[in-house]
Amino acid sequence: MDLIINLALNGLATGMLIFLLAAGLTLIFGLMDVLNFAHGGLFAWGAYSGVWVYALTESFVLGIMGALLTGLILGMITEKFIIQPVYGNHVQQILITLGFMLVLSELLKVVWGPNQLSTSAPDYLAGSWVIGEVIIIKYRVFIIAVGFLVFGIVQLVLNKTRVGLVVRAGVMNKEMVEAFGINIKKVFMYVFMVGSALAALGGILLAPYSGVIYAEMGMEFAILAFIVVVIGGMGSFPGSLFAAILVGLTGSFMTYYVPELSLAVNMILMALVLVFRPQGLFTVKG
Amino acid sequence: MSTLLKVENIETYIGQYHILQGVSFEVKKGEVTVLLGRNGAGKTTSLRTVMGLTPPSSGKIIYKGEEIQGLPTFKTASKGIGYVPEDQGIFGDLTVEENMKVAMKKQDGETKDRMNWVIDLFPDLKKFWKKAGGNLSGGQKQMLSIARAYLNNNDLILIDEPSKGLAPIVVEKVMQSIVEMKERTTILLVEQNFIMASKIGDRFYIIDDGTSVHDGKMEMLVKDDEMKKKYLGIA
Repeated sequence: MDLIINLALNGLATGMLIFLLAAGLTLIFGLMDVLNFAHGGLFAWGAYSGVWVYALTESFVLGIMGALLTGLILGMITEKFIIQPVYGNHVQQILITLGFMLVLSELLKVVWGPNQLSTSAPDYLAGSWVIGEVIIIKYRVFIIAVGFLVFGIVQLVLNKTRVGLVVRAGVMNKEMVEAFGINIKKVFMYVFMVGSALAALGGILLAPYSGVIYAEMGMEFAILAFIVVVIGGMGSFPGSLFAAILVGLTGSFMTYYVPELSLAVNMILMALVLVFRPQGLFTVKG
Repeated sequence: MSTLLKVENIETYIGQYHILQGVSFEVKKGEVTVLLGRNGAGKTTSLRTVMGLTPPSSGKIIYKGEEIQGLPTFKTASKGIGYVPEDQGIFGDLTVEENMKVAMKKQDGETKDRMNWVIDLFPDLKKFWKKAGGNLSGGQKQMLSIARAYLNNNDLILIDEPSKGLAPIVVEKVMQSIVEMKERTTILLVEQNFIMASKIGDRFYIIDDGTSVHDGKMEMLVKDDEMKKKYLGIA
């Protein structure tokens, strides 16, 4: 039983990390219909800049803030110069964002060197609680809490505020929102920036979890995030949360029980969803 | 009566197609001005060009004495121009209430008064307040679209073919609402249904092959069978 609880907690924490990355992608890919393959690059930049600030100031909170700021700034640059000219054109989006992903990834090596960086959780989040036979690692609980918090805040903003309403309307009909006197381009830039900041947050939170960060980590996690958005249903936040936890848990259990299949399991999950429910598990009405 | 909107010799391209090749018209305050013409003549593009959705390559659009051609749509709208597009532009996933809220730039007393007035005009909206816009009937969507355009303090509302695809009884209702709205704002209407256009229009412009070819008072056109036959295909 304790093994199952440990595997479940581990899976849940990994799922939440994937959710943080996928949350930004749900906004950018699911809502704004932009295929942003550079999203993983923003994740890696969040991790590096966050760890750098964390090492410099010895404050993990400042590290998180540094990562968020990096995400916001890089998000603004990406949207303005890379995405704006290719709105509505998926092929061009894939080409230019994949290229930009490589640029972001290589730039990390220019700034911080080619070697991987290591880091650890701050003292107040390090260690674990032991309850009977179950070992609960504090940092994982922290990640799970942050994941739910982010989910709650985004849901609240999207569903209960005017900004959220305008974003949802803009996704359905940009022209009409403009015709009500709203500068939708600007709104979409802010959404893109928030999506990028969420990716960066995922990056810095992953750093102490895995202990090391490296420039290519963005691409690996970005693929997981795309899988999660497709499984969850385009543009559905609850869908992304559910799918991220599902991917996290399946990964955790499969790695233990059927390790040969652990690499393929996410693809199998996505294939099953695409065969039986191509619109994703949670569907947003079009 | 003073001129609210003056369109001077606008030319508009959509891609490589030269759709408007010199359209001019004027909208006088407090009137309903109707753009008439066959399918594909350039009526919808004329409205979209005024709105800034398909900006003109040349010509002037003067609203309240100020040139507005080339302004982005949101700025044009902020000057006080409302828009009801041909496809109604309903946000299908949002409820009727949310559709109205997106349109409301302010939440002040004046806006609330206009909201109450428009709900009295279209009681169906209140009935389906929490229903998704996409699930409304064609007529209800049209009413919602017109209602949204009226919510802000717009001095001019552009309405594109409100009768399109609606049952005759619903057309009657929509027409009645425009007549009532006319008391409060100025309307530029594109309409294929000549009976409706002639009942509510004060002034007309005929657009043919991307140019404005005739204009005058509506009662003049009602009597001119030859012109109706030549440009509108009706006798």
